[in-house]
Amino acid sequence: MDIFTLIALLIYLFAIGYLGYQGYRQTKTASDYLVAGRNANPVIMALSYGATFISTSAIVGFGGAAANFGMGVLWLTVLNIFMGIFIAFVVFGNPTRRMGHHLDAHTFPELMGKRYGSRLIQVLCALIIFCLMPLYAMAVIIGGAEFIAPIFHISYDAALYVFAVVVAAYVIAGGIKGVMLTDALQGAIMLVGMLFLLIFTYTQLGGFSAAHQALTDLAPSVPPSLAAIGHRGWTAMPAFGWAAPGSTGGEAVRYHLWWIMVSTIVMGVGIGVLAQPQLIVRFMTVKSKQALNRGVAAGGVFILFMTGVAFVVGALANVYFAQHETIRCTIVEEQALLDPGPDGKAPLTRLQPDASPDVRARAKTFITYRLPGTTEDQPLHYMLKTPSVTVERGAGGDIIRPGLIAIARTVTLGTTLQGNSDTIIPRFINSALPKWFGVLFLLTLLSAAMSTLSSQFHTMGTAIGRDIFETIGGAHSTRTVLITRCGIVIGILTAIVLGKLVRGNIIALATALFFGICAASFLPSFLAGLFWRRMTRPAAIASILVGFATSAFWSVFINAKTATGLGICKALFGTPTLLTHAFSPTWAVVDPLLVALPISALTAFVVALVTRPLPPDYVAYCFGGQRPTDSH
Amino acid sequence: MIAGIPDPWVAAAYLLSISGALVCVAYGITNWNKGDEV
Repeated sequence: MDIFTLIALLIYLFAIGYLGYQGYRQTKTASDYLVAGRNANPVIMALSYGATFISTSAIVGFGGAAANFGMGVLWLTVLNIFMGIFIAFVVFGNPTRRMGHHLDAHTFPELMGKRYGSRLIQVLCALIIFCLMPLYAMAVIIGGAEFIAPIFHISYDAALYVFAVVVAAYVIAGGIKGVMLTDALQGAIMLVGMLFLLIFTYTQLGGFSAAHQALTDLAPSVPPSLAAIGHRGWTAMPAFGWAAPGSTGGEAVRYHLWWIMVSTIVMGVGIGVLAQPQLIVRFMTVKSKQALNRGVAAGGVFILFMTGVAFVVGALANVYFAQHETIRCTIVEEQALLDPGPDGKAPLTRLQPDASPDVRARAKTFITYRLPGTTEDQPLHYMLKTPSVTVERGAGGDIIRPGLIAIARTVTLGTTLQGNSDTIIPRFINSALPKWFGVLFLLTLLSAAMSTLSSQFHTMGTAIGRDIFETIGGAHSTRTVLITRCGIVIGILTAIVLGKLVRGNIIALATALFFGICAASFLPSFLAGLFWRRMTRPAAIASILVGFATSAFWSVFINAKTATGLGICKALFGTPTLLTHAFSPTWAVVDPLLVALPISALTAFVVALVTRPLPPDYVAYCFGGQRPTDSH
Repeated sequence: MIAGIPDPWVAAAYLLSISGALVCVAYGITNWNKGDEV
């Protein structure tokens, strides 16, 4: 790391520290700590909403997914703008704000609990948030750690710790005022960083049409493993269809990619955003609908520049790696052998000198090299050696032209032969763009991660402090802030432990899983609470429980990726998933959200019709009337 | 074929992303001073 990077980083951290301190100074009551005194500036609120919504998960994780699956991922940007901004602000924002103010709710679980006059609902929502949000925080932390570890020449584990501690410091001190002030600065940095990234990428690849045409022409380079599940090139949607029940082999998986892209990546996050507690609480921090109207303009542009740019650049990274990448280096070996394991799916390891002929036969050939300015005690770089790789040896240094697509460039010692899509964007930034941009992008990613993590930690903390302890124990409000701060520490530790346990192709999956479970559990009862006066307390409880249980069942026993990853189904029943030949194998890649959300919504509707509604005067109170004296 | 993208579904996503952001800006500007009514 050079002196320029260090100075930029110190200025950034000083600015964040100053704003966190300002938040701390302005926080005098629990209401300040929880909802910013309900008087936040509309621009700060909109930038804070956007910066919280967009994290390293979106830029690194989903940008990597776009590099792998293609520009069809842009449908997520469409959904993010129309659902996450327009519908959320214009349709849901004001009723949420009004009800939150009127019922004096400070958190999402408290809003739900007060709307239905039920402490059980408040505690239930808080428990789901507190138990599952570390999964999402883990995804964000990994996204940051994957990028900063190579820049600072520190280990991935050390990067995890540094990251979590810096964010925790200003969240614990400054509450949501500190969070929103730092969010606004971070949002502005993110806008500048992504705008530059877009301009650089298109300029380097010859403009819009030339870049897209070059990406279209790469279609024959789609790896066989991706082509088998429906990949038809990076400027085309995957093959759409539904495999017949009992089909096997290539026929069984040929439509998998379409369902992974559309049901998990696009819909899981695109719909799930409407039920994100840390975003819903933002609506309760502004004092009028006017602030929400102004927020729509800032939010729409912000999301386009974040996700739209990340997905387009991710896909176009394939053109750069395949046609433009030139590595000046010192080659160490041209025939290094790495072993992918008996099934070809294990993490790659160096071949032992006494390896058997069988192991030698399955080994893959790699080139190992050192970059200029690195020393002998630093790890070697590995590159998969294929016919497309050309090497020029010279006395003054060597040149490698890999000619590989993005995902193939991530195959290295320690990854599987599938590569790690979470490292594509960091690799693209570090090799394709000027060095000074690496510094700007470092701050962009730090901002993206910190602004999202800060709200996750704040939401986890308030779930414990405000929604569980205060609801059950009736604790005093000064202790609420203390318990909230303890909850934040527990949440952070959980996220760090998860981040150490799982790594590789996990960011987009973990994020989509969390968004999907939130949507299935909360969305029907949240929307019915806002718009349907006939909605009942038992219906809300049933909908939350059924949505959560269906999501959990589908994730643990049916969805191939999550069920195999968790291993619970295998331990209990001896098979990776419970899908039998009587069902279409395509069910294995349908996201839990597509099943759990309709079931949860139907449960809410049916139970509401057969159970007793809340007292009319209490419902009137929820929608702005006078507080009833005898109920609740 | 739109701007080098042959698949109409992908081209539609590209254009809808941009037009979606423009719709948000238009809505925000036309309602900039409305809704200051709790």
